[in-house]
Amino acid sequence: MIRVILILLFFLTQTNKAFSLIEVDITRGNLDPLPIAVSPLHVDPNSKTGSNIKVKELGEKISEIVEKNFKSTGLFNPLKKDAFVQKPDIAHLKPRFEDWRLIKAQALVTGKLLIKDEKLKIEFRLWDLTASKEMIALAFTTTPSNWRRVAHIISDKIYERLTGEEGYFDTRIIYVSEEGPKNNRIKKLAIMDQDGAKTKYLTLGNELVLTPRFNPTNQLVTYLSYFRNLPRVYLLDIETGVQEVVGNFPGMTFAPRFSPDGKKIIMSFAKDGNSDIYTMDLETRVVERITEDTSIDTSPSYSPDGKYICFNSDRSGLQQIYVMKSDGSDVKRITFGKGLYGTPVWSPRGDLIAFTKVRKGRFYIGVMRADGTGERLLTENYYQEAPSWSPNGRVLIFYRETKSNSKGEGHSAKLWSIDITGYNERKIKTETDASDPSWSSLLSK
Amino acid sequence: MILNKNLKSILIVIFATLALNACAIKKKSGDMSGDVYTGKATIKYLASGVPDRVFFATNKSNLTTAARETLRKQAKFLRKNKSLNVTVEGHADERGTREFNLALGERRANAAKDYLMTYGISGKRISVISYGKEKPVNTASTPLAWSQNRRSVTVKVN
Repeated sequence: MIRVILILLFFLTQTNKAFSLIEVDITRGNLDPLPIAVSPLHVDPNSKTGSNIKVKELGEKISEIVEKNFKSTGLFNPLKKDAFVQKPDIAHLKPRFEDWRLIKAQALVTGKLLIKDEKLKIEFRLWDLTASKEMIALAFTTTPSNWRRVAHIISDKIYERLTGEEGYFDTRIIYVSEEGPKNNRIKKLAIMDQDGAKTKYLTLGNELVLTPRFNPTNQLVTYLSYFRNLPRVYLLDIETGVQEVVGNFPGMTFAPRFSPDGKKIIMSFAKDGNSDIYTMDLETRVVERITEDTSIDTSPSYSPDGKYICFNSDRSGLQQIYVMKSDGSDVKRITFGKGLYGTPVWSPRGDLIAFTKVRKGRFYIGVMRADGTGERLLTENYYQEAPSWSPNGRVLIFYRETKSNSKGEGHSAKLWSIDITGYNERKIKTETDASDPSWSSLLSK
Repeated sequence: MILNKNLKSILIVIFATLALNACAIKKKSGDMSGDVYTGKATIKYLASGVPDRVFFATNKSNLTTAARETLRKQAKFLRKNKSLNVTVEGHADERGTREFNLALGERRANAAKDYLMTYGISGKRISVISYGKEKPVNTASTPLAWSQNRRSVTVKVN
């Protein structure tokens, strides 16, 4: 992967939030999205590049990415550009607020860019049209090939300013790409930008791969591979492509995840029909056993402070969710509702645990507090599972499979996302069928 | 009050009878007993009269009477063919979460392995692997297909 270096060149102004009149409340399902006008960025006519980037279209393209990001949140309503009244360069200097208010915009994004000496210089501003003033102005310098990332970073800055929460646009999704019939499915690790762009396949499909998960602190990924028909947890550096088996276990290891500090892998090890939870320290290679029970213990996930682990177990007879201290003590069952519970994942904010629930032949994605109270089911379907959190803990991505017909055909697997309010359910476009998504941390953090 | 109590017990009896009837009806249906597959459609044979697979109930890994009978046949076959090693593959249906199904498949494969071992087959000759829900034998989304997919399969490795 190209290592991206962004230089925050200068920080023009940032007005105090208390003085602005518009803000977006994201704690409720937003039925009244904020109308926002994203003006195409003005392209400086002196821009030149030796690379194959079409400079003239770049201002338009960047504004389109920003708009698409905003639309995907369900919190914003980007307005149609044909109603725009001011030229991008003039609007960027000083918008005629009353003209923009006329098309019912409440916020306006303007900007300009220049490519010179193979450096892309981008400047953008966010305007509060209700209060008639500037809310942010920022400028970046980077290599021209990073233009997509700049669009995502701009989106993050605006989202942060308007919602008061960290953005999640400059992120990637790792997932399992699926092709072919159900009984001979070719599965590959794939990675793409959060908006579905820049898909790249990381394995060739020669062996079955499952459940990739990002390290929250770097570009490492852990996943399950059936390489040489031995199901084992692997570690992959997506920048160098170097892979290695995690630990030296005499049997199947699976369900891996990183600790929040990125230093350990927590996973299940199955032996003689019993699955228990283990950790391995990536630096010292010390392996620790966390659970010791004759039941299935799997799908472990740390709390963001690393003090607790939620996991899936059938020690009570059926599949339920439990929480324990990270040394394995103080095990408590937290799900008591009707049905089966699986795939617990702790929110990066620490407040909620997302899960899959199976009841009466239907599959639900839901969230509950870490003590099991306040269960809310967000979406119901024929088959869906494996939620993964956006880094700001506002959105869940998961996969959904459809039924196959009596001949066993017509089945599909797709990625979907939903806001934790239960609103804004969206299908995420992928080149192939897809499952087991994992959301990265913010790349520019 | 007393009348109420009597009514209650009558109702309980009625419901119990209905429930039993429902069970009886379920048991008779097609190639399934409860939700365990009892047919022969997907079965292959290690040798004449030695089926390669056994079937399980939803979320369960205990061996049914039919499964034990099949495994005893496999054990007898393996005792005769002393140089033969096998892998027992454990599988689950598509109606569970992926990771839990991997654990469940491993447990099913080991249930079969343990039974073979109690009939005199050395554990060294039997390896196990779980595929969870990844390798269905019947790709339809029907209760019958799922019952055929909840299985352990004994495969010759040499």
